[in-house]
Amino acid sequence: MSLFNVFNISGSAMSAQAQRLNTVASNLANADSATSANGTPYKSKQVVFSAMPSKSPDVSGVKVTKVVEDNSAPRMIYDPKHPLANDKGYVSMPNVNVTEEMVNMISASRAYQNNVETMNATKTMLMKTLTIGQG
Amino acid sequence: MINKLDAALSFHQNALRVRGQRQELIAANIANADTPNYKARDLDFSSAMKSAMAGVANKEAFNTNKTSDKHLDGIPSSIGGGAMFRPIVQGSVDGNTVDMDVERNQFADNAIRYEASIIMINGQLKKMLAAIQGQ
Repeated sequence: MSLFNVFNISGSAMSAQAQRLNTVASNLANADSATSANGTPYKSKQVVFSAMPSKSPDVSGVKVTKVVEDNSAPRMIYDPKHPLANDKGYVSMPNVNVTEEMVNMISASRAYQNNVETMNATKTMLMKTLTIGQG
Repeated sequence: MINKLDAALSFHQNALRVRGQRQELIAANIANADTPNYKARDLDFSSAMKSAMAGVANKEAFNTNKTSDKHLDGIPSSIGGGAMFRPIVQGSVDGNTVDMDVERNQFADNAIRYEASIIMINGQLKKMLAAIQGQ
């Protein structure tokens, strides 16, 4: 029954978008973490989506293949009194672009909502199918 | 006798199968709205419907091993191979061709038509019952 597969597909997309939302939360929370476990400033993280084949031909779900770190240069802030400041008085701060993350957050949340609606519509269709011959 | 009852319902039965598969494809498109290089797919409904109807008429469509002549023929569970790529309206930088407006439209349209087929089947069943009961 092909319609049941929609739950798998939309479900995979929802968990992928939720993971994306998680990395956004992590990036925003650590936007000012000048140091991390390995002593360097926190690096912005991004998820990589890829299509995942499903039971039916031509139909694919979504999975997160990897989480990549943004290796661009850290933001330099002039603050000579900061304990982590270098000899010129600059502190390296995380390379998190807050505006970009906010856009990412809205996009992930809308995509999640879309998949919830897809699932609900399909559920209604299946429930209607169950009523065949009853009315 | 059973054949005739079956044949009366077979058109809408096939319509439901094709609609169900199309719903699955569109759900996959919505799920992969943020997957880089994903290409949106859809069925050509009229040709998929034709091949589904032909599959029922053509006994070779689904080759099962039968140990008796009296065994029934199977129906292939998916229409298979009919999915085509959508034309690109506005391409995006990551190579994704999902246009959410188109997909949402088609999803709603397909769901309504699916329910229409269910209503038709219910009507046919009612007519059959009326004929059987003679009331």
